[in-house]
Amino acid sequence: MARITLDHLAHAYRPDPKGPQDYALKEINHVWDQGGAYALLGPSGCGKTTLLNIISGLVHPTRGRILFDDRDVTDQPTEQRNIAQVFQFPVVYDTMTVRENLAFPLKNRRVPREATHQRVEEIARLLDLTSVLDRKANNLTADMKQKISLGRGLVRPDVAAILFDEPLTVIDPHLKWQLRSTLKEIHRALDITMIYVTHDQTEALTFADKVVVMHDGAVVQTGTPDELFERPAHTFVGHFIGSPGMNILPCRVEGATAFIDNERIALKGAYPALPAGERIELGIRPEFVQLQPKGSGLPVRIRRIDDIGRARIARVEMGGRALAASVPEDISIEGDEASLAFDARYVHIYADGHLVPGEEPGGNAQ
Amino acid sequence: MTLVLDNVCRKVGAETHIRDISLTLERGSLNVLLGATLAGKTSLMRLMAGLDAPSSGRILVDGQDVTGWPVQRRSVAMVYQQFINYPSLTVYENIASPLRVARLPSAEVDARVQDAARLLKLEPYLDRKPLNLSGGQQQRTAIARALVKRADLVLLDEPLANLDYKLREELREELPRVFAASGAIFVYATTEPSEALLLGGNTVTLFEGRATQFGRTPLVYRHPQDLVTAQVFSDPPLNTLRASKTGSTVALSTGGQGPAAGAFAAAPDGEYTVGFRAHHLGFESTGRDEIAIPVKVSLAEITGSESYVHLSAGEHRFVALVAGVTRLQPGAAVTAYLDPRHVFLFDERGRLAAADLAKAA
Amino acid sequence: MTKTLNNKAWLFVLPVFGIVAFSAILPLMTVVNYSVQDTFGNNQFFWNGVGWFQDLLDPSTQLGERFFDALWRTLLFSAIILMIEVPLGIAVALAMPREGWGVAFCLVLMALPLLIPWNVVGTIWQVFARSDIGLLGWAVNRLGIDYNYTGDPLDAWVTIIIMDVWHWTSLVALLCYAGLKSIPDAYFQAARIDGASRWAVFRTIQLPKMRRVLLIAVLLRFMDSFMIYTEPFVLTGGGPGNATTFLSIDLVKLALGQFDLGKAAAMSLVYNLIIIAICWVFYTIMTNADAQRGRVQE
Repeated sequence: MARITLDHLAHAYRPDPKGPQDYALKEINHVWDQGGAYALLGPSGCGKTTLLNIISGLVHPTRGRILFDDRDVTDQPTEQRNIAQVFQFPVVYDTMTVRENLAFPLKNRRVPREATHQRVEEIARLLDLTSVLDRKANNLTADMKQKISLGRGLVRPDVAAILFDEPLTVIDPHLKWQLRSTLKEIHRALDITMIYVTHDQTEALTFADKVVVMHDGAVVQTGTPDELFERPAHTFVGHFIGSPGMNILPCRVEGATAFIDNERIALKGAYPALPAGERIELGIRPEFVQLQPKGSGLPVRIRRIDDIGRARIARVEMGGRALAASVPEDISIEGDEASLAFDARYVHIYADGHLVPGEEPGGNAQ
Repeated sequence: MTLVLDNVCRKVGAETHIRDISLTLERGSLNVLLGATLAGKTSLMRLMAGLDAPSSGRILVDGQDVTGWPVQRRSVAMVYQQFINYPSLTVYENIASPLRVARLPSAEVDARVQDAARLLKLEPYLDRKPLNLSGGQQQRTAIARALVKRADLVLLDEPLANLDYKLREELREELPRVFAASGAIFVYATTEPSEALLLGGNTVTLFEGRATQFGRTPLVYRHPQDLVTAQVFSDPPLNTLRASKTGSTVALSTGGQGPAAGAFAAAPDGEYTVGFRAHHLGFESTGRDEIAIPVKVSLAEITGSESYVHLSAGEHRFVALVAGVTRLQPGAAVTAYLDPRHVFLFDERGRLAAADLAKAA
Repeated sequence: MTKTLNNKAWLFVLPVFGIVAFSAILPLMTVVNYSVQDTFGNNQFFWNGVGWFQDLLDPSTQLGERFFDALWRTLLFSAIILMIEVPLGIAVALAMPREGWGVAFCLVLMALPLLIPWNVVGTIWQVFARSDIGLLGWAVNRLGIDYNYTGDPLDAWVTIIIMDVWHWTSLVALLCYAGLKSIPDAYFQAARIDGASRWAVFRTIQLPKMRRVLLIAVLLRFMDSFMIYTEPFVLTGGGPGNATTFLSIDLVKLALGQFDLGKAAAMSLVYNLIIIAICWVFYTIMTNADAQRGRVQE
């Protein structure tokens, strides 16, 4: 059990990094609290697996330190760190039974037989593996094997954190649901820090209390799922989280009004301090843009309406730019002309990709 | 062309991989094969391609029996889950390779490659080697190669499964347009219901080697003929419970009861399996005809805009998908409300007994 | 996976059938024919029934004694070779680098002995180990060890074994290396996290994942060493005395030296059957293990 601190951590795979472009992981300072459920979310190549491997000790960082509580573990090898890791593809020792697999980390640490036996039974019960304990691990399905990999991590009572590296990649959709809720239940039952790396926003958001979004080797935002959804700090977060992602449109701002090709959009506050010369964009999620019959709002042309089962999403065009909007339940629109209504509370302004806080009408920066 | 599978079976040793499937795929159509791993998607594609021969049944192309014809004699292209390209050739040569094999004049090759590259947004990368591209671009190259052949039948076996979420979304949005421009028969295998819905076209739901239903994708989604189809075509998983209807009331196996409205209205008295999707279960009463189910919260997962709430009621486990952020604590006892217009009723053999066809979804 | 039937395929196989019939089946029939007859030259043959086989398998006859001596000698040789080359090959494979420029270097180095023809190997060692002018023989003698492979049976054995180890260990090593390379990194990382010792990693990951290639390596090395002929023939000619007269050498002595075609034919048939029987045992072990694995994965 431990709090994990990343202190000025950076990593480059090249031996002598010069500029920031050489770093696979740019400088990061972060504290993972004991017992938290975290997700590291980002596209492939964003540095999330590098960060994970640094925490587990498989990769030694170029710069900076890692602390478990107040103990510096930067130079400690993996096996001394009390870290468990579950990989993308299940790792089981084929020649062993499930029981032997689960007991393996304890056996390596010379835990007495009786204690090992008890602990293995306990973890097997937690993961619903009791019925297969004496079968060869090789016999089992991918989700079972992934549970064994997880069990080998959990079996050590002293484990400081469990790291997951896209653990549900090879699991079928309906089993993903089960395994994910198993993970959450275990997190609640055992009070262990868990860090979950994935490129899948649904997995990240549903698993974690706090999500760290990474892009191009750097952390762009850390927050709860609803923070990331409602107030993306960076256009990348807006784009990456949400399906479809945030609509991002170049605009011009005057007072509390944004102009997109001379169409006016009301904002929730004024932006007097917008930096000059930077790229100014307006961002709003499709969930907060509603399709309406022609006339009342921004005029658009409907390209397509996607039926995703529980909702419908309109793909529309406004002055040559593509937008996504939600379609209210009982609406009927003739032809392909319609208009959009923006919910001013969720309209955000970005300068060079970064969120600019606006001033509330009362004068406070929000 | 038209591809017809006529009572096709495939057995390997003692195992049956494909059970008596009959389908008619029309020219210019997109057909999604939806099913879990090992449901028979790949087996069915291999039969369509002619990589395997059926154990019984016939395969007809435009009325001509092609059963047993080897793949070389058929007009087929295939895209796999893995990104399969020639690593030593440029993207251009990769796309051109089937045309080079067919010894087409180079002007024609160039025209077709440029065409396909434009459609799949590969123009800037034509001179690069595939391994220097992102996964999404590699798979675009493989798809372009399949298209450029102008085969009558294009098979895509979970082509987006190995891609990042966002790339998947991007390609998924473009593919229907790419397919529409081609005119071939497209067959697209996937494990994900949401992918089937986004692609549209037709869907075949597969379960243990059987085709449980075939029709327009939204129709199969909204009007499954049986319990298995509804389960295959639901993510989060379909919620089910038992209910018995007597007169104007419905009693549930989970405890709780409600008026026999919606789907129940037309159903005769008796026992049913009730199936409903996660987004039709809510925690706020609408005051209209609805069924109240006492449940216990086991977990709440928040995705930002929505919350998945995992519930238990006796032996049953449900998932509810509700809008916004729900801070329901695990262990809390709450009441979930179900609109009877949005349920499917299945008889003891799992066949659809009743549904409110106007509203069920 | 069954393939689409194509009857034309048989046409392509036909020439191979022809060649096999001509090169293997016909000569074999000739051998079978010889083995039941006696000859005194001049192409005169006399029916002898199973007489040669009876003599051969009865250690109390002269032929039988000679056969069993050579058989035990050959089996002992194969056993020693396997006991040295397999562990050594695994050890070399484990010691080889997994990435970097060292990989290519090691692979080339390993492949070198495999590229040398058998008789050249014999000749190289014949010279190398001579106690008068050979570097090895001379050096060993200078160290005060009385070493002479042409006179001392033990020295002859040691020389042949070292020669074979030098020649063939790299085959085992290369096969094992291929097996090791196919293990995903995640396994090693997981083992480190599980706190597994180097030995535990070897026993629980590397050895099981190498099993299939190891069986192939053992099979290849057994067959080759059991049929060894050229190198000892060149090096010792089967001597001193009969110390290194393995079955194959004995067979040639019998057939071409003494021209006892009947006896030699019977002996070669038995020799052949022994090899086939042992290979069959290996094959069954391998396929059984695979079948078990296959069932498991479905």
